[in-house]
Amino acid sequence: MASRARPVGLPRWLFVPAGLGAVFVLLPLVAILSRVRWSHFGALITSDSSLAALGLSLRTSATSTLLCVLLGVPMALVLARTRFPGQRLLRSLVLLPLVLPPVVGGIALLYTFGRRGLLGHTLEVLGIQVAFSTAAVVMAQTFVALPFLVVSLEGALRTSGERYEAVAATLGARPTTVFRRVTLPLVLPGLAAGAVLSFARSLGEFGATITFAGSLQGVTRTLPLEIYLQREVDPDAAVALSLVLVVVAVVVIGLARGGRSA
Amino acid sequence: MKRWTATTVAVLLLGGLTACGSGSDDSSSGSANGTGTTGEQTTLTVFAAASLTSTFTELGRKFEAEHQGVKVTFSFGGSSDLVAQIQQGAPADVFASADTVNMDKAGSAVEDRKNFATNTLEIAVPPDNPAGVDSLQDLATAGTKVVLCAPEVPCGSAAATVEKASGVKIAPVSEEQSVTDVLTKVESGEADAGLVYVTDVKSAGDKVTGITFPESSSAVNTYPIATLANSSHPDLAADFVDLVTGSEGQRVLAGAGFAKP
Repeated sequence: MASRARPVGLPRWLFVPAGLGAVFVLLPLVAILSRVRWSHFGALITSDSSLAALGLSLRTSATSTLLCVLLGVPMALVLARTRFPGQRLLRSLVLLPLVLPPVVGGIALLYTFGRRGLLGHTLEVLGIQVAFSTAAVVMAQTFVALPFLVVSLEGALRTSGERYEAVAATLGARPTTVFRRVTLPLVLPGLAAGAVLSFARSLGEFGATITFAGSLQGVTRTLPLEIYLQREVDPDAAVALSLVLVVVAVVVIGLARGGRSA
Repeated sequence: MKRWTATTVAVLLLGGLTACGSGSDDSSSGSANGTGTTGEQTTLTVFAAASLTSTFTELGRKFEAEHQGVKVTFSFGGSSDLVAQIQQGAPADVFASADTVNMDKAGSAVEDRKNFATNTLEIAVPPDNPAGVDSLQDLATAGTKVVLCAPEVPCGSAAATVEKASGVKIAPVSEEQSVTDVLTKVESGEADAGLVYVTDVKSAGDKVTGITFPESSSAVNTYPIATLANSSHPDLAADFVDLVTGSEGQRVLAGAGFAKP
């Protein structure tokens, strides 16, 4: 759309801060690469604890992303397509995990779903124990990642407008049909972008997980937690695992980009 | 669409920043506290293990009162973080470690090393002790949710030593990064018991109950203190070490639950 318009050209001075910004982001990645001890790299990333952490991270992040889509799509639709008193306030509150330090999110989750939390007793009666389980990791990740999906999708919904939906409705389509046949296909790229962001955010989640879920190999110790722990005894392993995390993130973003342009 | 891509990127950056903020506050504090003289005031920078926060803060005030124009700034953190910062050239005058291993890592960067305190493990339980824990053996009972430090960190290696020496095999529900993390899980009632240091139980007040156990004597943790070889105030640094190892320092440390080396 915008790319087909006549190119206007950018003010030349703009390239200086843009270049500085790019260097600021890329230089630390180069630093990580320079610190990797390639002779040990294979052994470090294929150790039991590393593989367990990577596998757990991928599984929990995928589950969290799914939850984000299931909960976030309806949330974005309600925020973008309806008007009700207090909506602006609600939006700010729902997006709060974006600006909260994740540790605060973890503490909040602990006092909600923990054994002595707000819902703790109810859950205990139902026989559900969230603490120290993989479910707690997924909850922490969903908590911090959900706003990313809601924000991206709400933006896409607002940009695509309601014209086609209105036309479909006048042609006799029911709300569910409109949602399925018109709204969803229109915002699919936005949804995909949001899902990728949620996945990336879940993958990197650290603070809420360590506060709320704990840290045990294969159960709750995700890759970021493993990196933080390895740093205590084996900085080389921490660097190697950091690189793995970077590569996974780059692959995910690359896949999503490829999927969108195709 | 373009505009929203930009917004999402901005949001992503924002999220990234806050994510970093939570994890890196302990490591960034080192570089901010430069050793230097501002006007007539001299700054003495002390790197100390996080478990020394309250005692050293108190001793720092005493030191300032005894030394006109001297300000003591502290960087409290995990001993391994602190020693890594020292190796990277962080400006410090005194280093107090929570274990000998990390002090060993400092190597020739430190001088005049002395042991000034010891600490042993204690079982921490929530005040109502829901699992009825009474001894180290009770931690091995099935269904008791026990939280330990990970073997990679000092409190976890101490716990492993105790386990080995006593033959009690504990299956923790979580292996935490630090003593604080263990304590939080016990305080919140999330865990039934945790192994932390005597001093941690004492500083947690009535939020947890401490249970001493005889097997703890197999893992006595020694705290060494030393001056930095490249300190710009070696005399003041030595004075501070004297304060900590002297009767005044020992009195304050004993008050917090530390034992003599």
